[in-house]
Amino acid sequence: MIDGWLLNLLLIIVKSVVLTVALLIYLAYAIYIDRKVWAAVQLRRGPNVVGPWGLLQSFADMLKFVLKEPVIPDTANKGVFLLAPFVTAMLAVAAWAVIPVADGWAVADLNVGILYIFAISSLGVYGIIMGGWASNSKYPFLSALRSAAQMVSYEVSIGFVIITVLLCAGSLNLTEIVRAQDTQYGILGWYWLRLLPMFVIFFISALAETNRPPFDLVEAESELVAGFMIEYSATPYMLFMLGEYVAILTMCALLTILFFGGWLPPANIAPLTLVPGAVWFVLKVTFFFFFFAMVKAFVPRYRYDQLMRLGWKVFLPISLVMVILVAAVLQFAGSAGAN
Amino acid sequence: MAVAFFYLFSAVLIASAFAVIVSRNPVHSVLYLILAFVNGAGLFLLAGAEFLAMILVVVYVGAVAVLFLFVVMMLDVDFAELRQGFTKYLPIGAAVGAVVLGELGLVALGWQSAPGAKEAAAAPIAAGVSNTAALGQLLYTKYFLFFQASALVLLTAMIGAIVLTLHHRPGVKRQKIEEQNARTRDNVIEIKKVPSRAGV
Repeated sequence: MIDGWLLNLLLIIVKSVVLTVALLIYLAYAIYIDRKVWAAVQLRRGPNVVGPWGLLQSFADMLKFVLKEPVIPDTANKGVFLLAPFVTAMLAVAAWAVIPVADGWAVADLNVGILYIFAISSLGVYGIIMGGWASNSKYPFLSALRSAAQMVSYEVSIGFVIITVLLCAGSLNLTEIVRAQDTQYGILGWYWLRLLPMFVIFFISALAETNRPPFDLVEAESELVAGFMIEYSATPYMLFMLGEYVAILTMCALLTILFFGGWLPPANIAPLTLVPGAVWFVLKVTFFFFFFAMVKAFVPRYRYDQLMRLGWKVFLPISLVMVILVAAVLQFAGSAGAN
Repeated sequence: MAVAFFYLFSAVLIASAFAVIVSRNPVHSVLYLILAFVNGAGLFLLAGAEFLAMILVVVYVGAVAVLFLFVVMMLDVDFAELRQGFTKYLPIGAAVGAVVLGELGLVALGWQSAPGAKEAAAAPIAAGVSNTAALGQLLYTKYFLFFQASALVLLTAMIGAIVLTLHHRPGVKRQKIEEQNARTRDNVIEIKKVPSRAGV
């Protein structure tokens, strides 16, 4: 009996460690892709010195951050100041516990998986607020206030977008949501086509939720120097960056699962179905990450009032109406309550 | 394993709830409150109420506590001044606390659960129906009117809060997004051919 649950616990720990390591290695190359795409748009070479084609650049950066001295401001609230980057990084990685990389490959196949991710990502704001407040400095504090308002606003529309997907899939379980998209139409049966407006809204809200350009008002350097991260250096700074990028990957994974059929191949024909599901999943996440990088490269930053207007006066009404529309269509088309 | 987690969550919950009251810095208090909420969600999970657990985190931790933190951070509280009246108010506070504690004790000691209540609580849902689906089916059928009524109460509260805080002060320049969006290349810029050495 004791052996049974000990073995179970050990298995969960091994799974989590494997997933985290894979995620972090993928993250290192995601940052590399981000910088390369950005450089290519601006006609630069990007990182190309460390390792062949600069492939080891992220690892060199990590080493550099870890070896530097963390500077803690004299008047900072020390405990909260050091806690903030850990909160950001831990929460970002924790969201991956429920993400099914392939059929049945989730560390925890929760019944309320999507709510779990929603909950964890809504906690992401704490790292920023705590960091901004504990620095005891004006710019970080302003940035923290901005970010709190921004993230709370866009969570609302993300919530409604998720509701429409849930209505169609009839389940809160991420694995079930992907399975519900497994139709004979392949790529055309995935929810991005059926819920196209919501797909677009989700993508843009995901940019705002992860403080990516064009919504990176949290660290708008012309207004706030470096936002809530001004006082951070060395490892704490790296943890903030890590948390931010993992959150972006989580959003890409969510886009993949909710709208792009998760691990499913684009068509149910022989050569495509032979490729393992995890490969499709990683390819799709990379595809969305590429768009995140492109948006960063060529969309100018929003003004703060424009950002708020977009969230509350454009996305919220559209997504509310869409929730009602989708529910009505499902009800009258007779496919409601399939599960 | 569930028992171990129960004691872990409960212990942290009680400790952090205590820390909410005793910590000197109000921001620390709110942070401990958040820890208490998260541990409460953990207890809900152990009880099999996964939907409630997640909603607790989303609503209370993700939104309500953020606003708490907002307000507390904006207040520039002088802690020395705050603690000045401590001894003056101590007897009153202690008396109120003692009364509440006594009442709680009376309730807890004299509590008799109804016959069959324990069995009903132990088997909340039929197998095959997920927690969330069961909750939805009850809320939207049997308790639909109550559900709508509570939604109306919340709506009223929201409108009330907006009305109370909305002022239209004269003399404030506002961004007019419609005008800004309506600007096109044609009606904003003018291209002139400037002959060389002549100027405009």
